[in-house]
Amino acid sequence: MPKTLVQEFTKGLWEELPPFRLVLGLCPVLGVTTSMENGLGMGIATTFVLFGSNILVSMLRSIIPQKVRIACFIIIIASFVTIVELLMQAYTYPLYLKLGVFIPLIVVNCIVLGRAEAFAYKNKVLYSMADGLGIGIGYTLALGALGAIRELLGNGSVTVWGDLSYNLSSAFPSFQPFSFMVQAPGAFICLGLMLCFINAIGD
Amino acid sequence: MGYFELIIACIFVNNILLAQFLGNCPFLGTSKKMETAVGMGMAVIFVLVLAGTITWVIYTFILVKFGLVYLRTIAFIVVIASLVQFVEMFLKKSIPALYAGLGIFLPLITTNCAVMGVCVLNIDKEFTFLQALVASLFYAVGFGLALVLFAGLRERTLLARVPKPLQDTSIALITAGMISLAFFAFQGMV
Repeated sequence: MPKTLVQEFTKGLWEELPPFRLVLGLCPVLGVTTSMENGLGMGIATTFVLFGSNILVSMLRSIIPQKVRIACFIIIIASFVTIVELLMQAYTYPLYLKLGVFIPLIVVNCIVLGRAEAFAYKNKVLYSMADGLGIGIGYTLALGALGAIRELLGNGSVTVWGDLSYNLSSAFPSFQPFSFMVQAPGAFICLGLMLCFINAIGD
Repeated sequence: MGYFELIIACIFVNNILLAQFLGNCPFLGTSKKMETAVGMGMAVIFVLVLAGTITWVIYTFILVKFGLVYLRTIAFIVVIASLVQFVEMFLKKSIPALYAGLGIFLPLITTNCAVMGVCVLNIDKEFTFLQALVASLFYAVGFGLALVLFAGLRERTLLARVPKPLQDTSIALITAGMISLAFFAFQGMV
């Protein structure tokens, strides 16, 4: 049954929510979510690449030969990643420095290549746009949520772009920050528990 | 930094999987059985040493020389993808036994972010050629070590009774967190 545009868009937000449902693209999920701001920034950069590469792959799908399609996808994705890298260096340099190696690594993010192969190569441009945007936004929300939880428990407060902030100690005065959460082991355990939570309410 | 410190840093302190979070997809994907984990570890060591040194040479002698540094991402991924393809063809022809052993893990390495990540890290940390070679080798050894350790634990959790929502990836991530905690003790050693 063909899906509508809206369905293609919204499936990325829950049904195929990338890091939890598809369990793909985990490296940035674990690596950059030490704060909500980093998570959202990484999500937005990935969304841009996903959106752009989905459109281009879908437009070129009749030209790209079947045998070398993966190589073609990778070149297309790498071009968009380079665009994002240059844009971020120009406009959001502090964020670019914080995300560091993870920006060039969007090239090898399985989600981007996965959508090109599984969706954009087989579907019309408009549908691919909806798919790319939906999956991208779902990914951004997941990264933001994980970043928010880790930052809240690890630092006791959440700050996004300097002004929007929330301090946990105003609600729970005796709360002690739990710095384990913002360090490496906390990432795995926090993601594992979130996955467990999503599984539990999903069924 | 001397080479000994570099080696310790690459294997333990900055372990590519557990401290830097690179290459987690194959980490979770190929760790269900010890056999596949060993195969993947070997394949990564093999490719990473080649990729790390070749991308360093290309970056230093071609991209920097001609002012094309902004093409780094594209150049690296093309090098890695063609290298993997080349290694696959070479092994198939000359060392069929090793090829059969590595099997499907070779093509998967193209999208392993540990490989790309180490190539980028070598450049970002401004390593010399020899340092890049040593770092690539021992990052890969660290990857293999973590993968094999993790596979051992994961084979055990298969036998344990795990609550339903926690099954599979979820419990795997928490196990990985525990190993990561163990490796965390190396922090500050170098």
